[in-house]
Amino acid sequence: MPGRLEPESVPRRDFLGLAGLWSAGLAILGSIAGMARLPKPRVLPETSSQFRIGRATDFAPGTVRVIGEQNVRVIGTNEGVAAMSLVCTHLGCIVSEEGGGFGCPCHGSKFDVAGNVVGGPAPAPLKWLDVSASADGSLVVDKGRSVAPGTYFKLA
Amino acid sequence: MASGLETFIANVKALPRTFRESAVRHGAPTSDRTRSQAVFGNLFLHIHATRTHPHSLKLTSTWALGVSLVSQYAILLATGVLLMVYYKPSIETAYDSIKDLHYVVPTGRYIRNIHRWAAHMMVATCILHMARVFYTASYKPPREFNWVMGMFLFVMTLLFSFTGYLLPWDQLAYWAITIGANIAASPNELAEALGLPKAFYLGDLIKEVLLGGSTVGQEALIRFYVLHIAVLPLVFTAGLGVHMWRIRKDGGIARPDGNPTAASKGVGSMAPQKATTSSELTKTYGLMAVVPDKSAHTGQHTDETVPTWPYLFRAELLVFMVTLVICVMLGLLFDAPLTELANPNVPENPAKAPWYFLGLQELVSYSAFVGGVVIPTIVILGLALIPYLDREPDPPGKWFGWAHEKYVGRASLVYGAVAAILSVAIPVRFGWLRNWFPEIPQIAIILINPGSLLTIAYALWSLFILKRTGSTRLGAVALFTCFLVGFVILTYVGTYLRGPNWDFYWSRSQWPTH
Ligand code: HEM
Ligand code: FES
Repeated sequence: MPGRLEPESVPRRDFLGLAGLWSAGLAILGSIAGMARLPKPRVLPETSSQFRIGRATDFAPGTVRVIGEQNVRVIGTNEGVAAMSLVCTHLGCIVSEEGGGFGCPCHGSKFDVAGNVVGGPAPAPLKWLDVSASADGSLVVDKGRSVAPGTYFKLA
Repeated sequence: MASGLETFIANVKALPRTFRESAVRHGAPTSDRTRSQAVFGNLFLHIHATRTHPHSLKLTSTWALGVSLVSQYAILLATGVLLMVYYKPSIETAYDSIKDLHYVVPTGRYIRNIHRWAAHMMVATCILHMARVFYTASYKPPREFNWVMGMFLFVMTLLFSFTGYLLPWDQLAYWAITIGANIAASPNELAEALGLPKAFYLGDLIKEVLLGGSTVGQEALIRFYVLHIAVLPLVFTAGLGVHMWRIRKDGGIARPDGNPTAASKGVGSMAPQKATTSSELTKTYGLMAVVPDKSAHTGQHTDETVPTWPYLFRAELLVFMVTLVICVMLGLLFDAPLTELANPNVPENPAKAPWYFLGLQELVSYSAFVGGVVIPTIVILGLALIPYLDREPDPPGKWFGWAHEKYVGRASLVYGAVAAILSVAIPVRFGWLRNWFPEIPQIAIILINPGSLLTIAYALWSLFILKRTGSTRLGAVALFTCFLVGFVILTYVGTYLRGPNWDFYWSRSQWPTH
């Protein structure tokens, strides 16, 4: 109303109407947020990322073993035992041995024997994986934990 | 009592008539008037106006591409539901159920083949339809939004293919989706190259939500299945409804002279289309009332339109029949592929996605992030925004209607082709940065690659044309034409010239034998 000093109050009906609208809007947003949470799994359904590869004595220096079903290559050297993933760091194909290093069939990435990229689109070296000894003395590789290239598990 | 029984019997006798009358809200569609009423009063038919302009009915206006897309979609829905009867979405049974469909289920092989071929046709037809809308400048106001809806449907079509591709759970499926999912996760590549902490590895989140795990497995299969058979059909059908509705509300198929008078009859007039649709809208309603007076006997209204029933319906039925015949013929002649059971330890070599993604796979073979995420996003956004960035009053609905359009189109064709061929030939012949500078930082490999340079070359060309001619339409023609040839050439290279290890081979016969 012109001339009044107090600011014009929101009429009660409008207030109730707006409050109703906002709460409906918030409820819908809240439900959507709740629903969006569902597809992100809390635990990934994978089988354990760790697996045994045998006893330390199986990996005398010079040993090379490819564990096919795990896509992992284990080598024994004078410095110890190391495991490297054969999953291409580009888009996840499986590399195979090729000319003293590794080659990927999907888009032609090339790696040297230590997993360093020497050609193609791969953005990173092949992953070296954590090797440890379990209580019973057998060696365990953990695909879920990568280590710096050149890390060897020292045999006692 | 007897009279009650008589009434009852009379009602029973009248049942066919009374039921029909209750279902159809007007008389038999025997006159223009009742047919118009049928179109107007029926939920499904009223997606069309009651009258249609002859220009819309000419084959050369649309090449019937939109209607054949709708037909292909209908065929996909029908065959898809049939496939669902036998398909079991579990990694133990999926492959076998497809094999059953192929070898045991009566007609199963043909239903599956038809589903596959219709899907391929839909992607191809979608691109052709987009090209026809573009080169007839039919995205001009008021149709900008429908162009965006069309882009949306195009992306949904690709998602349909992508999710459907996994379902057979064969080697082809497994490795194509593994690669696809890792492309979606490739923002990680950038985070890694920049040395950002783990929290910035957006790709991990995308992958987890898409696959429900870190590799393609049971969780991924069920997610793709749900997307393919529930989410996408619902979203696509709704989007298609909007696309169709907007065609009607935007005044029907674009035509050169919005409302031709007797004097400017036919195509060719440069007069801009009437500014808004509001006149068209009222006209539609007005028509209902005036049909019997002005046109019932001639079939010609004062604005030269013809009744939608029968003219448009007849044309649509014909297109549907032709589409169906093509799909059935392809289904009878060519089997959809099924390779060995998925094996997570041995990739296909070469592992190729379906043909329409092979151009993308070319780009991805330079950098997953730039080629698989950045460039496609730029392309999709760039295409979608065309109608907002080019608003010149081109006569819509006319092929190559703008001055010098054909000339610019041809020049862009040559430029786009040469640039695309060079982008493949140079790396094949001379290698790329990593071969020249082995120590080069990864970020340079990601950003500077043949794919990104090609995209930049296309953008610069379009800007050059824009500057040279002072016409946004010609700039758009340059860009769109480059995009089309680039797509065709890269798809061709990916399909025919790449062999094991994504190496270049002139023909399949040169592939090394193992
Ligand atoms: C994916 C499925 C699609 C379906 C089923 C579909 C269907 C149709 C149909 C039936 C028409 C009527 C005219 C004609 O037959 O050409 C039409 C027109 C149109 N479409 Fe699509 N379309 C699809 C995708 C697209 C795409 C990818 C674009 C462009 C980005 C697009 C943009 C348009 C526009 C702007 C019109 C109006 C053209 C005019 O008024 O002349 N549509 N569409
Ligand atoms: S997945 Fe190995 S090069 Fe692409």
